[in-house]
Amino acid sequence: MENEEQPILSVRNLKTFFFMDEGTVRAVEDASFDVEPGKTLGIVGESGCGKSVTVRSILRIVERPGRIVGGQILLYRNAAGDRPGHVDLTQLEANGPEMLAIRGDEIALVFQEPMTSLSPVHTIGNQLIEAILLHRQVSRREAREIAAELLHQVGIPRPAGRLEEYSFQLSGGLRQRAMIAIALSCDPRLLIADEPTTALDVTTQGQILDLLRSLQEERGMAIILITHDLGVIAEMADDVVVMYLGQTVEKGPVDDIFHAPKHPYTQSLLQSIPSIHSRPRVNLPTISGSVPHPYNRPSGCPFHPRCPEYIVGTCETRAPSLAPVGERQEASCFLYEDA
Amino acid sequence: MLAYLAQRFLLAILTVWAVSVLSFFIIQLPAGDYVDAYIALQRETGTLVSRQEAENLRTQYGLDQPVYVQYAKWVALILQGNFGMSMEWRRPVLEVIGDRLALTIVVSVVALLFTWAVALPIGIYSAVRQYSFGDYIFTFVGFFGLATPSFLLALVVLYLAFSLFGANIGGLFSSEFKLASWSLAKVWDLLKHLPVPALILALSATAQLIRVMRANLLDEVRKPYVVTARARGLPERRVILKYPVRVALNPFASTLGYLFPHIVSGSIIVSVVLSLPTMGPVLLRSLQSQDMFLAGTIVLLIGVMTVVGTFISDLVLLLIDPRIRLVGGR
Repeated sequence: MENEEQPILSVRNLKTFFFMDEGTVRAVEDASFDVEPGKTLGIVGESGCGKSVTVRSILRIVERPGRIVGGQILLYRNAAGDRPGHVDLTQLEANGPEMLAIRGDEIALVFQEPMTSLSPVHTIGNQLIEAILLHRQVSRREAREIAAELLHQVGIPRPAGRLEEYSFQLSGGLRQRAMIAIALSCDPRLLIADEPTTALDVTTQGQILDLLRSLQEERGMAIILITHDLGVIAEMADDVVVMYLGQTVEKGPVDDIFHAPKHPYTQSLLQSIPSIHSRPRVNLPTISGSVPHPYNRPSGCPFHPRCPEYIVGTCETRAPSLAPVGERQEASCFLYEDA
Repeated sequence: MLAYLAQRFLLAILTVWAVSVLSFFIIQLPAGDYVDAYIALQRETGTLVSRQEAENLRTQYGLDQPVYVQYAKWVALILQGNFGMSMEWRRPVLEVIGDRLALTIVVSVVALLFTWAVALPIGIYSAVRQYSFGDYIFTFVGFFGLATPSFLLALVVLYLAFSLFGANIGGLFSSEFKLASWSLAKVWDLLKHLPVPALILALSATAQLIRVMRANLLDEVRKPYVVTARARGLPERRVILKYPVRVALNPFASTLGYLFPHIVSGSIIVSVVLSLPTMGPVLLRSLQSQDMFLAGTIVLLIGVMTVVGTFISDLVLLLIDPRIRLVGGR
């Protein structure tokens, strides 16, 4: 494999199930995607499609009764040095020393709710310095200086003073910046941003996205950006993964996905975006039906009950798998199986 | 912040005054007065109290005056540090209460320490390992503890101790120390007697606290700030102890104020069963005999303790919760 082609993270056929008393919820059924170094991968899908559980599986912080039951999560490293070329995160102990060393150091997380993602009874500085001391060999005083510098880098005014403040004293935007500072504290190679702008107002959203992009350019880190907002994906992502009910239904470069969507689900999603060209006072197209109840997963292709191009006799009996539909584009749909 | 404290302090004083009025009038509520109760008692033993003698007693205790005059006199005395005479014991109220108050505090504190030392770790365990075998065991034991009346438990323990070991575990002192003055030997004797009553008194509070801690913590461990702490690579034990447990402990600070009155009034029957020389039995006896100065003082004392406890728990909350210190206290 060429070095340039080598992803830094490769998720293959990931399955994460929740074993409840009422039955098994297949939150992630068959997710596959690669994250290229220095690029942004957007994961998009409706609520409950398994986006968040997928990234929690990567960090190995899925809460019980959830468990990874299959697939691989390969984290690639430079073969140089004493560390192996890649490690399968699903094989590590969730709270073992290896995983703790990866979490927060190589892979960091920015979470969707800045209101509640910071402890209400600890200062920003306390949590930021804690993260620095966990993964870097520095003294407490040096950590403090690094912390102030980080807050400065994410655009928080008078950073030294903010270290002593509590999350409830900051605005939503500043809180999310502080969260990003904590995530960046150990120079991660991969930043996972789980709906980082959902709870913010539109202007602040734009600022946070700009910040993420400029930090990515400076540091060359890869980003997994999870969102249900296709506008954000179009603006930020290099590659896109479309998920439905825990499955990757389509993936490819952002331009291909937006201009030549192949899977009927991706097509329906894109049609439901309001456009400046659409006629006023006409209802937006919607995807018929709603996401099925997790205990009542459809057979075959999970999208078939809502699919406008449902092939009777095929879609409800067999499950399609990801297959190439373009140069770098793949879709999981029977429409393209014969081609 | 200072204004907040001053406001709290003024409110506390106002509350103490209201408590004094209420406690005085409440002990006046039952029909008759101490002299009636005294006459009834004398009649039972065959002695008749003459009308003249009764009048003399009433004048002596000021019982022939209107209620508000009695209240004013009572408060005036208290402000001078004189809580009046116990009619039944014929000794100053403070002298009757003195040792018992100290012993009550000792027993309460030991019971409280036991409660916290046992309940908090178990509550944390039960929440972190929700629905595990251990959680079910502790839940069962906890509900058992809640459902068992303490006095019944006291009786059972007394019976078992006596029938199996021939030991009398009632009281806080061996008989040779009961009336002795304080010495190291007496303190040691007290320490030997403390565990059993403290354990019995602590049982229901422990069971309750386990449930509260478990519920509080379950609310907190699912919050995003715990997930982000975990995502930082913090070891699980530190994640739990530093963040959700810290937040889940806050509500306990606000219950500090109710602990003392709860232990005094909630343990009366247990104290009677175990013949503990604490405040509970004296309060009960003084209410029966309408020994108004003694009962009034104890009720007032419990009220004052509650107010002071609440004031202290406000201060503690202010210290440990920045949300109150920086936002609510403005």
